[in-house]
Amino acid sequence: MKRFLYELSESWKIAVAQMRSNITRSTLTALGVIIGIVAVTLMGTAIGGIQIGFDKSMAIFGDDILYVGQWPWKNVDDWWNYRDRKKIKTEYAEGLNRMIAMTPNSNLAIAIPTSSVYRTVKYTDSEVNNVLIRGTVSDYIITSTFDFKEGRFFNELESRGGANVCVLGYDVADPLFPSSSPIDKSVLINGQPFKVLGVISRQGSFLGLFSLDAIVVMPLPAFQKYFTAKSEAEVLVKVRDKTKLAEAKDELAGLMRRVRGLPPEKRDDFSINEQQALKSTLDPIKNSIAIAGLFITGLSLFVGAIGIMNITFVSVKERTKEIGTRKALGARRRTILLQFLIESTALCLLGGFIGLTFAYLMCFGIGKAFPSFPIHFSFGLVLASVIVSVMTGLVSGFAPAWTASRLDPVTALRYE
Amino acid sequence: MNTLNSDATRSRGPIVIDIENITKDYIMGEEVVHALSGVSLQIHSNEYVAIMGPSGSGKSTLMNMFGCLDTPTSGRYEFNGKNVAAMDDDELAAIRNREIGFVFQTFNLLPRSTSLRNVELPLIYAGMDPETREERATQALVDVGLGDRIHHKPNELSGGQRQRVAIARALVNDPSIILADEPTGNLDSKTGEEIMALFEDLYQRGHTIILVTHEADIARHARRTVHLRDGLIESDEVGVMPAMESMAAS
Repeated sequence: MKRFLYELSESWKIAVAQMRSNITRSTLTALGVIIGIVAVTLMGTAIGGIQIGFDKSMAIFGDDILYVGQWPWKNVDDWWNYRDRKKIKTEYAEGLNRMIAMTPNSNLAIAIPTSSVYRTVKYTDSEVNNVLIRGTVSDYIITSTFDFKEGRFFNELESRGGANVCVLGYDVADPLFPSSSPIDKSVLINGQPFKVLGVISRQGSFLGLFSLDAIVVMPLPAFQKYFTAKSEAEVLVKVRDKTKLAEAKDELAGLMRRVRGLPPEKRDDFSINEQQALKSTLDPIKNSIAIAGLFITGLSLFVGAIGIMNITFVSVKERTKEIGTRKALGARRRTILLQFLIESTALCLLGGFIGLTFAYLMCFGIGKAFPSFPIHFSFGLVLASVIVSVMTGLVSGFAPAWTASRLDPVTALRYE
Repeated sequence: MNTLNSDATRSRGPIVIDIENITKDYIMGEEVVHALSGVSLQIHSNEYVAIMGPSGSGKSTLMNMFGCLDTPTSGRYEFNGKNVAAMDDDELAAIRNREIGFVFQTFNLLPRSTSLRNVELPLIYAGMDPETREERATQALVDVGLGDRIHHKPNELSGGQRQRVAIARALVNDPSIILADEPTGNLDSKTGEEIMALFEDLYQRGHTIILVTHEADIARHARRTVHLRDGLIESDEVGVMPAMESMAAS
């Protein structure tokens, strides 16, 4: 064991000396690994960024909220079976709440009605198109994850009374009120004025696809007064204990069947959706993007590895006589194998560290220049890069090192 | 004459190298070359033997056998009583490391390492700890008269000094035999004589030396000369050294 350690430290010293005496060659060879590691690391940061964005987007839905709607949150082949389902009505929420209150030890906490439609929001000369107008009740705030940039949500009184009040999303408030506060001003939707009570702080976008901030939330009665046509209703149900999500889902299905008055032989004519189901639909897509990305960038690392292998073969050839001498002095096969493996690994590690530094600086730069670009540099990534570098060194160095260790000492000593 | 007589009749130590009827065949393309065709030889501890012969006589092959760099095609080879012919590569490496000190014609030093590191190399392979290693390597360099060149690299040393480093490296593990292959081949005659004087000194201190050379002048320093021709021993002469005899006569 001790002997192995001495051989290891000896090999390491030789490797460093070797790199220093062949600076140009070592740098050029390491460049292949540097490029490979930069590519793989940047891909890693992008995947990390996507993952974080994905989790953030998922968190918007809440892991303790069930969504009762007409459609399931996944691709269905038999869409015609869903198209003709009865629309979900906001009134269901009241019935559900009544039943929840009557059920002892219910797994459900509260049902919130929502109804949504897309409209244009105006203020004086400015307007924002395609804004999600959502009518709901004051308890909606319980099921949501957002904070307020300024102002407040509407209270129960305003909610029940159906006052013409609203709360603006960031992407609505910002263009309409670039330099002043929108609080207590009135925006026009469908020609109707709504007094602004608050502004929701920036939420970002859902998977980078559509903004979660192009939204206006108002009391349900006011919504129903002006926007009933073509609106989509959905009932949000908060679960008491998110570890019992499955039980809660079953209970909710039962309650919904009672609300709908379905006889036992009929199938559910509604869908209960949850974050997890959406996640399991989107996860494979996200994962295949990650795998494809890593594979393609991995190819550049592979090219780097071939460079290392090539240069190690050259090194073995050049130093055949030295290998012969070492063998004559008592170096075993393992010793020679180790020496060349360490040389190729040292080269890869050097490339790995330089590559990592470049990648870090690039991430830093990209993060500064494009704050919204999903990028995430983590310690795990650093560790992974170092491991990948070492593995690259070992794999690419193995064939040449093996050749060296098998050299016949007599032939090697005679080699000129 | 008295010293020479006592030298020739000096009581011989135990047998170090014992080969019996060894052969070595090489396959060159379609042809089989018989490099050694049945050589038997015994070398005792504290002998000073020169192996001579023209090129193609098999002396290099025999040296590779002695050095455990190669194994015979047939025949028996015992080194210190151990059967070398049956050893695998790593066992041979261990024998080379502990029992044999190599001195090459081209010195074979590691160019980028200091004298000290070059001499330490066999000790590293022997698994010795760094402190003892440095101590012993330094002592070996002092012993060959290079105490002031410990941290010099080969390209900062003269040919004679390089060969001294190589001899220190050969000695550092306190081997059973020192195997020198044309040790003066790359040196001028004056430096060559210095190196031969160093070998003489080592022999006087009790080392066993096997010298492989084609130069009669160099072989004269040995106490026993084995001539090879066509893979066979042509003559094996012990005792009187012509060089010294002529010196004594004059």
